[in-house]
Formats: sequence, C-alpha cells, structure tokens
Amino acid sequence: MAQKAIREAHGKKLLSRLLKEYNGGNYVVEEHIISVGPETDFDALTKDHPWLASTRVVVKPDHLIKRRGKNDLLLLDASWDEARQWLSERMNNEITVSNVTGILDYFIVEPFIPHDEDDEFYVAITSVREGDNILFWHQGGVDVGDVNENSEKMLVPIGSFPSAGEIEKNLLEQVPAEHKGLVAGFIETLFRIYADCHFTYLEINPLIVVDDKIYILDLAAMLDSTAEFICRGKWGDIEFPSPFGRILTEEEAYIEELDSKTGSSLKLTILNPKGRVWTMVAGGGASVIYADTITDLGYMDEMANYGEYSGDPNEEFTFKYAKTILDCMTREKDPRGKFLLIGGAIANFTDVASTFKGIIRALKEYQQKLIEHKVKIFVRRGGPNYKEGLRQMKELGQSLGVPIEVYGPEAHMTGIVKLALKESN
Amino acid sequence: MKTAAKKPDYILFDRNTRAFIYNMQTNAVQRMLDFDYASQRETPSVGAIINPTGSDGLVKFFFGPREVLLPVYKSLKTAAEKCPDVDVMINFASFRSAAEATLEAFALPQIKTVAIIAEGIPERKVKELIAKAKELDKVMIGPATIGGIAAGAFKIGNTGGTLENILDSKLHRPGSVGCVSNSGGLSNETYNIISRNTDGLYEGIAIGGDSYPGTTLVEHLLRFEKNPAIKMLVSLGEVGGNDEYEIVEALREKRITKPLVIWVTGTCSKAFKTEMQFGHAGAKAHGETETADAKNKALKDAGAFVPDSFDDYDSLINKVYTDLVKEGVITPAPEPQIPNVPVDYKTALQSNMIRKPTNFICTISDDRGEECLYGSKTISQVVQEGLGIGGTISLLWFKRLMPQYASDFIEMCLVITADHGPAVSGAHNCIVASRAGKDLISSLVSGLLTIGPRFGGAIDGAAQMFSEAYDAGISPAQFISGMKKKGINIQGIGHLIKSTHNPDMRVSLLKEFALNNFKETPILNYALEVEKITTTKRDNLILNVDGCIGICFADLLRNEMSKEEADEYISMGALNALFVMGRSIGLIGHHLDQKRLKQGLYRHPWDDISFLSE
Repeated sequence: MAQKAIREAHGKKLLSRLLKEYNGGNYVVEEHIISVGPETDFDALTKDHPWLASTRVVVKPDHLIKRRGKNDLLLLDASWDEARQWLSERMNNEITVSNVTGILDYFIVEPFIPHDEDDEFYVAITSVREGDNILFWHQGGVDVGDVNENSEKMLVPIGSFPSAGEIEKNLLEQVPAEHKGLVAGFIETLFRIYADCHFTYLEINPLIVVDDKIYILDLAAMLDSTAEFICRGKWGDIEFPSPFGRILTEEEAYIEELDSKTGSSLKLTILNPKGRVWTMVAGGGASVIYADTITDLGYMDEMANYGEYSGDPNEEFTFKYAKTILDCMTREKDPRGKFLLIGGAIANFTDVASTFKGIIRALKEYQQKLIEHKVKIFVRRGGPNYKEGLRQMKELGQSLGVPIEVYGPEAHMTGIVKLALKESN
Repeated sequence: MKTAAKKPDYILFDRNTRAFIYNMQTNAVQRMLDFDYASQRETPSVGAIINPTGSDGLVKFFFGPREVLLPVYKSLKTAAEKCPDVDVMINFASFRSAAEATLEAFALPQIKTVAIIAEGIPERKVKELIAKAKELDKVMIGPATIGGIAAGAFKIGNTGGTLENILDSKLHRPGSVGCVSNSGGLSNETYNIISRNTDGLYEGIAIGGDSYPGTTLVEHLLRFEKNPAIKMLVSLGEVGGNDEYEIVEALREKRITKPLVIWVTGTCSKAFKTEMQFGHAGAKAHGETETADAKNKALKDAGAFVPDSFDDYDSLINKVYTDLVKEGVITPAPEPQIPNVPVDYKTALQSNMIRKPTNFICTISDDRGEECLYGSKTISQVVQEGLGIGGTISLLWFKRLMPQYASDFIEMCLVITADHGPAVSGAHNCIVASRAGKDLISSLVSGLLTIGPRFGGAIDGAAQMFSEAYDAGISPAQFISGMKKKGINIQGIGHLIKSTHNPDMRVSLLKEFALNNFKETPILNYALEVEKITTTKRDNLILNVDGCIGICFADLLRNEMSKEEADEYISMGALNALFVMGRSIGLIGHHLDQKRLKQGLYRHPWDDISFLSE
C-alpha cells in the first residue's frame, strides 16, 4: 500500500543501473553493491565478485535502521576477510535499536571511499501535494543537523522537471565552484529517475564528490508500491521489507498468509497475549476506532490484539480468522475473565448474517474453552441483513453457555467497549 | 437539451444534478435510482453510463415501481454531446485507467465534479490530477472513496449502502449538518450517528484514504461554511498527514465559524511498538505532529468541539445540535412522506420475506458454492481422487459413485465404441459434412444423428430384449423360437465377418472383464446360453460387441441399483448415451482429420448411382 521503504542495496542498485541510461550516462555512480542475506553463500560471493579480494569495503545492516554509526553497526575500511568475520559475528543476532528489538539478517557491502568531511553533501527529494521538494545542504554526513531548518529547498511543481541551471541557482550556492556543474547535473538526473520510478522519498546523506566522481554513501528511499504496474521493469528486483523489529508471531504469520489468499482483507497484530480485551472487528476504519477507544478509556495495557476483517470474506475465511483469535485468547487463564468484542460499523454491502456464520461456527467449536476462561462476548454491528445476523448471535447466546450481549445500529458503535471495560473492573 | 442550471459554487449537488457513470456499474446505478425515487426526485440522477469496452445502447433500470431506459455510450465525448446537463462524473475505472478517464472528464467544459472510486492509483498520477483540477477549476472527490451524498438530492454511487439504511439514516431528505470524513467505510456509521443526534445530514463527503485526496477536509468544511442551509459541521479525520492543521488554521482565522465537532482516529497508534500503517494509504504518522493525539489537541485548542474519545462523539454532536435548536439557529423541519420503493427481489429473498416456486430442478451438479460439485464431489476431488471419466459419468449420469470396476468398465466401453473406421454411417456423414465446410459441431452432430435403431442402436435393443427374456423366465431355446415366430432379429447377435472360429477380441475382453469383476452376471450368462444355440445354426451368429456392451451394462446397473431403477435408466437411453459418448470421440477425430487434410467438397459420383425409372 502506497509509500513503502526499500532496502538500501536495492535502492542503490536501481540508481546505479538507471544512471547509466539517463542523461547519456554522464553521472554514473559506484555499481559494486552487494546485498547479504541469511541465505548468502560467502564463498560463492567471493567468486562472483572478484573485486572484493582487492578492495577495502564498508559493511552496514540493511534494515531501514537509522543512525547505524552511532549504534556501532558500521564497519569501515575493512578487508573482505575482516568483513566476513564481522558479518558472521552479527548475522542473525538479536539487537535493540531505539527500544525496538529485532533480528539482524540483511547487510550491504560496498567499496570503501576515502574522502574528507568537506566533500560530504546532503540531498533529498520528498513528496508533497503540489509536487516534490528537493532539499540540499552543503554540509552533509552524520552531523547534518535539522535539514528542514538548514537546507536549501526547491519545490518542483508536479509535471515539471528542473534544469541543471535552475538547480545550481536555487540549491548549490555554497558548493565549491569546481563541483557545481557535476552536482547540478547529477541532481537533475536523479530527479528524473525519482519521478519516472515513482519514488515518494529519496535521501542521500552523504553524497560525496571525489576526483570528479559522485558517490552515494548512505541512501534511504521509499517507492509508491501502487505504481508497480507502471514501473515493474525499471524497478528490477525490489522488495518491501517490514520495519525493523516487526517479527511476526506464528498466528500473525498465519493470518498474513490467509490474507494473501483472498481478495478480502484479514489483519492481525498481537499486542499483549495476556491482555484481557480481545477484538474481532469488521472494517479498517472501525477497527482503528475500537482500538482507539480502548486506549482512550485507559485500558491500553489490557488490549490484547489489533486486527480487522473486511471486504466480505467468505464463511471459511471468517471461521479461520475467528478461530485464530479464540485460540490465542484461551491459552492463559485469568481469574478475572476475558472479553471479546465482535464489533463493526454499519456495513455498506457486506452481508452481516453471512459473515457471522463463520464466527458462530468458531464460537461453537471453542465453546468449552470459552466457558473455562470465563469469556464474555459483546456484539455490535449494522448493515445489510444485520437483523438476521444479530438474531443468530442472540440465539447462540442462549445455548452457548457463554454470555453474549448483542447490539445493532441503535447503540453507539463503541458502546460495547465501555460495557466490557466496566465489567473488567 | 438544456445545460445544468447555474448553482452557487458551494453547491456541488442538488435535486437536479445528473451524472455520468464511468464503467458498467449497474448495481451502483440502481442504488442511485432507488435513492432518487425515495427522495422524490423527478428525474433519475444518472444521465448516461460510459462503457469504454462496449458499444452504444440502452439498459433497463427500475425507477420506483416502473422501469426506465438509460443510455450507454462507448465514448465520454458522445455522452457529453447527448447529455449537456450532466455536470458530474462518477469514475468507477480501475486503478490502472482511472487517471486517464478523469483527465478525459476534466477536458469537458460541462463537467464540474469528478468522484474517483478506485483505490491504488499511483500517488504521482493523483498529484497530476490535483494540479489539473486546480488549473481547470474542477472539484475532485477521492480517489479511494465511496463518494458522498447530498441528502434528499443526489448520491454518488454506492454511498449510504442499502435503501433500508438510507431510510434508517434519513438520507432521503436534507437536515442541517455538513459532514466530511476520510473513510468511506465509516460514512454509514457517521450518518447514522448524525441522524440519531441531530435533524439529519445535509451533505456528507468521504474524501478517501489516499495520501493526497483530490479535495481535503478543510476544502469541504469551507464550502459548508458558505452554505446557509448548513448550520453545523461534523468531521472525522485520521492519523497521518497535516490536513487537520489546515482546519486549525481556518478556525483560528475565523474562516470556519459554524460549530465543528471533530475527532481524529488513530489515537491507539501509541500502543504499537513499530510504526503502524493502518488500512488507508495515508494513515501513517510521519512525526509527532501527524499523530491523532496531537491533531485532536490542536483542534480543541483552536475551538473545535473534540470529544475525549470516539465514545463521546455522539453525545457531543447531540449537545452542539441541541444548543443550536435552543438558540433558534435550527428549526427541525417536518418529515416528508416516503414513497414506497418496492424491495428488490434478491434482497427480499435473502431476508426470507418472500418465496417463489422454481421452474427448474437439478439434482446432479451445483455451481453455486466455492467450487462446482458433481453430485457430492467437488471437481478438484474428482481429479485428486483419480475418479476419471468413468467416475465422472457414474456421478453425473447415475448420481452415485459406483465402485472402481464399474468405472473401469465404463471407460472400457468408451474406448471400444470410440471409432469404427470411416465407412460406417456416422463417420461417413461426419466426413461429408466436414468436407462441405461445416464447423466441428455441425459435422459432429451430422454423424451423431445417424445413431438409431440400425446404427449403434443394438446396444440398447440387446439390453432390453435379453433382460426382458431373462426376467420373463423363458428358456434360451424358447426365446429364440419365439423371436423367429415373430420374425424379429435378435439384437446383439450376429457379425458380418467374425465367427466362433474367428472370435471378436473386443467381445472376449468385455466378457472376461464382466465375468471376473462383476458381482453377478445373470443376463450375460443367459445371453451366452442363447449364443450357444444360435452358433450351432450358423457360426457367425455370435454375441457381437454392441450386444455384449448392452447386456453387460444391464448386469452392471442391476449390481449397483434396484432392478426397477436399472430398467428405468435403460429405457431413458443411458446405454445409447454410452455409445453417443464414445463415438463422439471418433467423429471429432474424423472431422479434425478432414480439416487437417484440407479435403474439398465431396460429391458422390454418378457412376455409383443407378439412375432408373420405375
């Protein structure tokens, strides 16, 4: 969906490939870029990239993590043997960066480029409603500071492309005269690639100029994933990794897999497996509001999961989705009991009765466990055929042995949150 | 034809607004017309449907109890020429082509507003559309939205859901509230809240969940501000983006003065450890100011009515409304009569309101579910369990899965009857038809039509004759003499070339299989006794292949079902069907053969016909 970050190695490979094609190839950059993942065979790598044997290299994790230098996640000016050692010590390690813990398993390896701090520039292109902003600052690198505050900016209205001359005039005043032409031409070309490839964000920091050649040292980029149908060829091999530290639990992975098999949408995030308030909410918008309300009423710590089902999933998918949640919530007992909110707004076209069928089947299957875990269920929903759906839920409440309170559009959508939380005290 | 009447620029839709529907969205059109009728509009709000992949024509829709015709045009340009009063386009094109269709609509001077439904249009394309809309002074709603509604006047596509919901939420007549939200999925909920806590909605717009919606929350709020019929504003924003800060600015600068109740959703994002992308493309906070908490606070500080949580959204709306009534700003209007809109047949059926006797019955297959069923088996089960053609015939013809031996026997019969050379009447006819330039089906049917009492019919005839004789309990000798007396040839006995000394291998195979694998073979045994007698008369009066298939099959059916049922299948033509089925393979082969060989028209030579006069 829309703006998605890509790995640094993929971004750099894409740029180095296209820079050769654009503007007569006058602004080529380093093309020796290696992506190392958990399955990489180092011996094969050495064979496929003979330059490694004779080149000093830089190694960094490739996980969309910022400030790698400050977190001791940067190897500079090393031989390939040293780099291999460094990599094998860190591959698959669990690390914590800015309170987020995750597994390190992707790295980028590139030639090390000796240079002076004065050669470091900052350039970024960001998307805004009216077009795109190009940001430039002549003092790049780790200590670039607040670029929104410092940098030179240039708004490029949508549909237009700045010339090298305009870029030089607007952005490069403080760049040494001997580099101006090269940097301006590079940014002109970079912007064309940015636009043609539907980037939504591109940051190079630092960009350096050594011996009249441009080097991209650090790169962060996002692509508009919805443009895939236009850009597939230009993008080449691209993936959209999850943010660092987002390791899926078994159940989350299972729901993600289910989701990929249907045109409907099924989402699940486990927030706190010991939480007592569980939700099974229809619709993307409504699911956020249910989670909001639990948070706003002061029960963030009790909120066990976030998720949604929408786009009219069939009975089998709703059944499997419901079962997964019921299974998670009946693992650890809590003497105070637990609450399940089967919520939703007034649907546009989803047949409420038929989506409830799958949920009812799952509730029946988990009847015994739900009783043992002292679960209480609250239902609120509206939309096509909702009366029939609510009737079936009420009927189930009489036979299941688990209390079920059922409400329709006459009740405020989040009314059941308050009811559940009141009882949880 | 008149053009659309000039409206104040704060009004996008009124009771005379008419729209083009881009793409064949007949359900959406019908829903719009139902709404129109319930709102007592005089004319349908759809001027024409644009079907870029079809051709010009007319489609039928209901307008209340009666049917009306709406024109369909292949090109938007033609539609515009024919319907100069249309000034809205509802664009249902897919994410791939929605941008082009929108530009096409922008290029038409008469179009003022375009609503784009598709989700997943590349952001860059959307930004180009936004710039173009600004340049040409057009209003763009969406993308990624359900649209919007002017209560009692005009609704965009599927907004408001079912007619039941439209009436429940009183969207068939205007109230005093202007509402704008990001989410289309929550619009019904919001309109429900408004209808329960105020005198109802005047206009509601869902701007869509993209990062760059064509029009923003504040643009619609400013439009509502100018509209004297709107007395209070309701809005629902969401985490991500800076749109709500423009509202803050407008409030501070007093460009918005009507009371505004607003809530920004996504306050739960602090409960997530990593950055959370909620359902909408734009629903992701980039930095602290884009969080829901920050936006809610800023709005409250600027003077908007912001509840403490969504849970108080309804009561706050109610309070603001009640105050406006007390102040005399709003005087609720009396409810209009709602014309009775007949319920759709499908809806009525779904909610058990009606029943209808059916005209057809089917008991062999069912394609309504996830996968088509042959009897009780899904097609994939038929494949995975290796049931083959025999099993498929068993399920679809005899409505049961017969044991493996039966399947094998059926397949054996099909193989044996598949072809018998080009000279037999079926193949001959097929070849002649094929050479006359006819297509596959004509040639096949031409061959099949020769199947009857003299060609291929012996299978049926033999099965009937022998089972009747066996059931009647007459001895083989009596049977033979009885037939002779009546002057009837015994079906299934006799062969032109084959004899006891030169047996037919096909018959031997069938016979052996039946004797070794069937539970019992009484009719076959009986026939073999008959054959013993006939071959003593002449050695070519053997049980032939047609007879053997028919007789064995009669035994097989009696093995697997009651005698009555088996006899019924035979009398309905099940055995003939087996021959038709098998021989179709050969006939198709002959047709393809002739076509491949490019054989010309066949004309029978004169010298092969005796021209005589009687």
